[in-house]
Amino acid sequence: MTDAMTGETCRLSIAITNPQGFHMRPMQAFVETACRFACEVSVGIADKQPVNGKSMWGLLSLGAEQGMKIIIETTGDGAAEALKALAEVVERAYDEVPEPPA
Amino acid sequence: MRMSEFIVREAISASVSAIQKEAVIREMVENLRQAGYFKGNDADDVVKAILKRELLSSTGIGEGVAIPHAKHSSVERLVGTIAICPSGVAFDSVDSEPVFVLVMLISPQERPSEHLRALEGVSRCLRDKSFVVSLRKATSSQQVWDLIANHDRA
Repeated sequence: MTDAMTGETCRLSIAITNPQGFHMRPMQAFVETACRFACEVSVGIADKQPVNGKSMWGLLSLGAEQGMKIIIETTGDGAAEALKALAEVVERAYDEVPEPPA
Repeated sequence: MRMSEFIVREAISASVSAIQKEAVIREMVENLRQAGYFKGNDADDVVKAILKRELLSSTGIGEGVAIPHAKHSSVERLVGTIAICPSGVAFDSVDSEPVFVLVMLISPQERPSEHLRALEGVSRCLRDKSFVVSLRKATSSQQVWDLIANHDRA
């Protein structure tokens, strides 16, 4: 994990460890968390244009699988605090309860 | 993954009259069953799996769109269908608004990347508000299919 701060912009590269990838529930929690802060939030992945981290449509277009790295960038009021909260969302386990057999 | 690669054309419904979440989900699964998917009790299992997922958090992501989904061992590859509900469905969406366009995804167990690729495809089409407006105006499954196929080609 690397952390760089330049003025009002904070950036963090974070690996997706969830076997299901960065799927809809974490995305929803991410958007909800991002919207609590005034700062801008963008999320990028490898060769794709960064997307708006406050938009479900943006995050849905990422397709971030396990092992891939996403880059979260926050700019403006509360940028550092927002980044910390968003990193926690991405690192949280969403599949801790194993599915019962179908 | 483009939507036309996983949406089962024969299972599209442009005029779902149900206005309850569970009824619409059942109807969509039934449309897939009639198109040749799910044997025996599998259709019921799929409905249960989707409803169970909805309990964790609604897949109504706002702007009149929902993406109900589940994993199920009865499918060998990811399949999906679309329902247009002109009257709107109460879906506990994030914006508390009714849902008019539903895209259902059923993916095989242990194939998370397919699911993520499908979500990308859905996003590519439905993030365009004017495209959602066009879908809502569609009056036949053929029209829905044509809109998607044309969007995928563009």
